[in-house]
Amino acid sequence: MSTQMQQLYQQVILDHSRSRIGNSALRRDAADGPHGYSHQVNPTCGDEIELETELGSDGLIVRWTGDGCSISMASASVLSELAAESTPEQMLEIEAKFHELMHSRGTMEPDEEALGDAAAFTGVSKFPARIKCALLAWMAFKDALGQAQSSLEEK
Amino acid sequence: MFARLRNDFPILDSRIGESPLSYLDSGATSQKPQCVIDTFTEYYSQRNAAVHRGAHSLAVMATDAFEAGREAVADLVGGAPEQVCWTKNATEALNIVALGFDRAGRGFGGPEAGRFALGPGDSIVVTEMEHHANLVPWQQLAQATGAELRWLPVTDGGELDLTELNSIVDSTTKVLAFTHVSNVLGTINPVETLVARAREVGAFVVLDACQSVPHMPVDFPALDVDFAAFSAHKALGPTGLGVLWGKTELLNALPPVLTGGSMITTVSMEESAFMPAPQRFEAGTQPVAEVAAFATALGYLAEVGLDNVLDHERELVRILLDGIAEIPGIRVLGSAENRIGSVAFDVEGVHAHDVGQYLDSQGVAVRVGHHCAQPLHRRFGVTASTRASTYLYNDVEDCRRFLSALAEVRPFFGVGEVTA
Repeated sequence: MSTQMQQLYQQVILDHSRSRIGNSALRRDAADGPHGYSHQVNPTCGDEIELETELGSDGLIVRWTGDGCSISMASASVLSELAAESTPEQMLEIEAKFHELMHSRGTMEPDEEALGDAAAFTGVSKFPARIKCALLAWMAFKDALGQAQSSLEEK
Repeated sequence: MFARLRNDFPILDSRIGESPLSYLDSGATSQKPQCVIDTFTEYYSQRNAAVHRGAHSLAVMATDAFEAGREAVADLVGGAPEQVCWTKNATEALNIVALGFDRAGRGFGGPEAGRFALGPGDSIVVTEMEHHANLVPWQQLAQATGAELRWLPVTDGGELDLTELNSIVDSTTKVLAFTHVSNVLGTINPVETLVARAREVGAFVVLDACQSVPHMPVDFPALDVDFAAFSAHKALGPTGLGVLWGKTELLNALPPVLTGGSMITTVSMEESAFMPAPQRFEAGTQPVAEVAAFATALGYLAEVGLDNVLDHERELVRILLDGIAEIPGIRVLGSAENRIGSVAFDVEGVHAHDVGQYLDSQGVAVRVGHHCAQPLHRRFGVTASTRASTYLYNDVEDCRRFLSALAEVRPFFGVGEVTA
């Protein structure tokens, strides 16, 4: 087995792709707090994710459903895990770091403290065809969080 | 013979990491023999000039090469050279037909084009197994004209379900557009049956021949289709070149959608008259070097013989299907007996993207995703599949490498093991 494959499919990624954190039915209009929703599709392969964010009284909540490869599903799971222990502002910082890491072509050392399990995706950045898989959930998250924050401001 | 052909394709000597390359993605694009690659060098170093204009010797040589390409296509698929129109790709060829029908309905092309006009009350029939290139243009035409879009469904076995053929294709049907061979399943469709029904109701037949022309003998006049489209790059030729083939009378009546230089007879400030086919569909500078290279490719194919290509591919696909059947957790999409050497499948518990990535790590190149056929994948309850597609340069060793890598996929991703 090539080392590149082992770097791409880290055990932590395979684990997240199987037991997916945050993978639960969306509540949409039944959500309690200010809420945002995003549907993202990767047109080249048909991978799909629906993700919602809710600014609950106990903090940020992420729920998602999706259909896609292990990289895209694991990425959504890792994102949900990080969201549960972060504020929206911290998550946007993590998102920026993750985005930068994914476009580094494998030349960056990940900030493991900030990125947590998301640091395991470093190997993905060496596979240009898979970067979009890793970013799909994060694109949905950024979009949905923006909506939740604007609906909070309106209130 | 086939073992020797492999040496004509320099790219097949590549190594992917530590592994030799097994290229099983010819359904997406074929590799090119050295003679096709050499034609580019030869054309640009010895014959390059603008075609159909200029009185100098190079212009004559370039024009000869360009027109010889048309003859090579006509030799392969039947009909006369003027029935062969060059396009950018097969997608453009299909769009030229659909958009031409739309223009005809809006008065372009005069009374001669009236036969192509569609409106509310008319229907367009496609199939559930179309590549998006032979589906989306017809959706657009239905939307533009108010005609109804209908489709022939696909059976669990991956063949066209023709039980309702006579009610789906009825007296309202003006166009029946379908693929000769499914780009996903490899199924060869019964063109004769469909054309016979189209003739009964007076519908035009448009054939997507992208997956048939490179892999089996095809004779458009014998099939009696009205229009057909295919691309050069899937048949050992270059990218950037497609063919629109049509019956002469119909091509000359169809309003062109790309207009400008090289396709007119007289132009005044108010209006223009157009040349007959094929030039009426060839506005602007054409890909002449690509045409010359494609002529070389077609000569190569003719020498091998497309009946031999089909036999060879069928031997390989039998090995693939038998081998896949021995690997647990793999579901092949479709089971048609009448097929080319292409097979699509779903690996239980592993997404197609991950399957393709693993196979690539072993040097095996396959296609993953929806293969531009989302409705067909939905029909089989999946969003994506993996497809292995063979061509004349593949051998038993490619199949063996593919099968042994495929057998490792589910264990690698930890799927299908007995859990404690």
